[in-house]
Amino acid sequence: MPKTEVVVRIAGAAGDGIASTGESFARVASRSGLHVFAYNSYQSVIRGGFVWLQVRAGDKKIYSQGDEPDFLIALNQDEANRHGPAMPSGSGIFYNGDKIKIDNSMIKKGVELYPLPIKDLTAKYGQNPVMQNTVALGALTKILKMNFDMVVSVIKDTFGDKNKAIVDANIGVAQAGYDYASSHWESIDFSPKYDYNSRRAVLTGNQAISLGAAAGGCKFYSAYPMTPATSILHWMAAHSEKCGIVVKQMEDEISVLNMTIGAGFAGARAMCGTSGGGFALMTEAVGLAAITETPVVIVTSQRGGPSTGLPTKTEQGDLFQVLGASQGDYPKIVIAPSTVEDCFYATAEAFNLAEKYQLPVILMSDLYLSEHMETVSNINFNVPIDRGLVAPPNGNNWQQFKRYAFTESGVSPRSLPGMEGMIHVAASDEHDETGALISDAVTNEETRVRIMDKRMRKMQYALKELPPPKLLGPQNADVTLVGWGSTYNVLRETADVLAKNGVTANHLQIRYIWPFHDEAVEKILSNAKRILDVEGNYSGQLAKLIRMETGIKIEHKLLKYDGEPFYPNQVVKKAMEVAKA
Amino acid sequence: MMDLSVYKVETRATWCPGCGDFAVLRGIQTALAALEINPKDVLVVSGIGCSSNLPGFLKSYGFHGIHGRAIPVATGAKLVNPDLNVIVAGGDGDGYGIGLNHWVHAMRRNFDITYIVMNNQIYGLTTGQASPTTEKGQRSKSTPAGVIELPINPISMALVTGSTFVARAFSGDADHLAKMVELGIKHKGFSLVDILSPCVTYNKHNTYQWFRERIYRLEDNGHNTKNLDDAIKKSYEWDAKIPIGVFYETERPTYEDEEPGLKRGPVISQPLGISEELGKELLKEFE
Repeated sequence: MPKTEVVVRIAGAAGDGIASTGESFARVASRSGLHVFAYNSYQSVIRGGFVWLQVRAGDKKIYSQGDEPDFLIALNQDEANRHGPAMPSGSGIFYNGDKIKIDNSMIKKGVELYPLPIKDLTAKYGQNPVMQNTVALGALTKILKMNFDMVVSVIKDTFGDKNKAIVDANIGVAQAGYDYASSHWESIDFSPKYDYNSRRAVLTGNQAISLGAAAGGCKFYSAYPMTPATSILHWMAAHSEKCGIVVKQMEDEISVLNMTIGAGFAGARAMCGTSGGGFALMTEAVGLAAITETPVVIVTSQRGGPSTGLPTKTEQGDLFQVLGASQGDYPKIVIAPSTVEDCFYATAEAFNLAEKYQLPVILMSDLYLSEHMETVSNINFNVPIDRGLVAPPNGNNWQQFKRYAFTESGVSPRSLPGMEGMIHVAASDEHDETGALISDAVTNEETRVRIMDKRMRKMQYALKELPPPKLLGPQNADVTLVGWGSTYNVLRETADVLAKNGVTANHLQIRYIWPFHDEAVEKILSNAKRILDVEGNYSGQLAKLIRMETGIKIEHKLLKYDGEPFYPNQVVKKAMEVAKA
Repeated sequence: MMDLSVYKVETRATWCPGCGDFAVLRGIQTALAALEINPKDVLVVSGIGCSSNLPGFLKSYGFHGIHGRAIPVATGAKLVNPDLNVIVAGGDGDGYGIGLNHWVHAMRRNFDITYIVMNNQIYGLTTGQASPTTEKGQRSKSTPAGVIELPINPISMALVTGSTFVARAFSGDADHLAKMVELGIKHKGFSLVDILSPCVTYNKHNTYQWFRERIYRLEDNGHNTKNLDDAIKKSYEWDAKIPIGVFYETERPTYEDEEPGLKRGPVISQPLGISEELGKELLKEFE
């Protein structure tokens, strides 16, 4: 049976243009009607180091970067040496035959070699070293029997703004690679359903978060550069004028969140983004948003910790940092989107929840989710917008506007600076209904309890509104996979693979981390035969939260904290063990 | 001139009798009345400290935030609604200590806000520790042997960091103080009004009397407020003679004037979300 799915790994050093080559291939595949998933494993250096990117493409929805590659594009000798020996039989290696030496002793039997005479093929176009990537891209598309027109269209769109000579040179060397492959090698037996009229957007999680924010009415974004959240800042800054969003890079994350609170207080839908270290600096202000009942959205995209940790590697180690952020008890909502598409909708939803309940909403992503590329088919910009209770201008009958009026739901009508008749002061000190401080001259104990209860009541109503998690897949499965955030995709793929191996699996994905749906989760898990918790951290933080909230102890865990995302094979292997336990 | 009562509230200020901050509160109310600004269009933002309680003592929108972080909150509000008159009020510990970072950056950005610092050269609310402006050698609860380090000079710092209006006032000269605040609010761009506001409880050195013996008005002395070099020279006068008044004023486009996201006016008045058409255009970049 012909293959309908292909995994391509591009390996080299930082500065070799790996990300752009990977993105080009992903877009060529998408423009050929395929689904794509790509993951870039890089280091915290600008030049050098060991970097590789893996793209998987096929005619059905792709859930991960896959395991072993079908093709390797090795951009230097080191990377050929590192990745070459692991390439499985039946795979192939593209490389610059002028510079890189690969002999049969260093590769497995049945691995096809595709040496490209880069010097000759790029002679007409100036022999820029980065051109070897484009030559390889051209050759690869030939081997995969792709339509070369898609390569031309992607190159044109990528370099469109630059001069024609660059476009022509890139098309020229891609064509040279394509033609060389055509006259020297056979195409492989790869026949997915190509469709050159269908184009899906190839988005990262951060790009989806940015688009979701714009769709959801974001009018203010602030950040301090920090991997892996920085690309949100880049998108926002590039589209500030077009989308009418004020974007401000600040001097630190303390000012970032305080500024976002100021923007939210003044009536703008306001968001900021960071990673764990920056979120640590924001911590005090998270409670400020809560006690002043100011709507804000905070995106924190996790990377390997603690401290500077693994700056360019993925991890899900900040669950308790986020849950425990800021002193005291206060209401907040924490959402962990699970896919690129979900990043879009969760962000738009976060603005509604922030304004409806007048509290901080924290979106938890991680490097893997924020930075991997995925084709998405279902992005609808017409998202619902609910601004919650805003008091009508001059609608105040009170002598003194009660910004924090005691209500059944805990939510009080909000007024914005500039509105007549509803002047008030929002205070970080505990206050009464009007906002006047109650712990200054004399602490009013009764009011303290009432206002605390009022704020916390918002959580009960939020929990009722937020949909509880559902078990995905068959009931009564051999094993129940539990996860949050970016592991959604790999768990879903695992369940499919297990089914093919005669093991039934279902999947519990926790999307609303806080408030926690304890009853629903308890019901699902107490009926499960065997539970496997899969998380990208050392201690099984979600499993701890589940135990804390439901009393259920999950015995089987697959925990990963080496900086790399889960690969389907790893999860399948562990799940098979658990299913047979 | 509006009636001063427009800016008054029932809540009484909780400062110690004789505190310099009473004059500052009245000075802000007097300045707003003189400029005839509707209280609904004023946002006073503060951090933490005795002086940071000020927003609760006057009629205007207020945001009483956390220690040292008033400026980010204020500039966030200003950036989404530049029509607001935004005043930041606080103390020397709040602004020149824990919040110094934000102050310095706000000045170089030239946000159109007014920063009023009630500088009493001590931490009052925490009962008398040395602050960033406490003089070298002064004894306090945290420096029983005397302060070892040099104090911050807020006037010279503001001058070299790009503040486009720099003035000093004294709580013992209420009319002059109100005038300085008025000029600061009127100024388009970042204005600093550093106010020598004695702490009668914890600072027994920098008292009203001590200041009265040293203070003189720059405007009585033919000072040229357009000359940065002269202003910097004057900013170093302290021990024997202490100048009050406008040190420096200049014009420079504000941050808001040049912010691309504000080209279509205040973002809080813009429709939310994006059209289907624009959405398609945005997605196309990724296809």
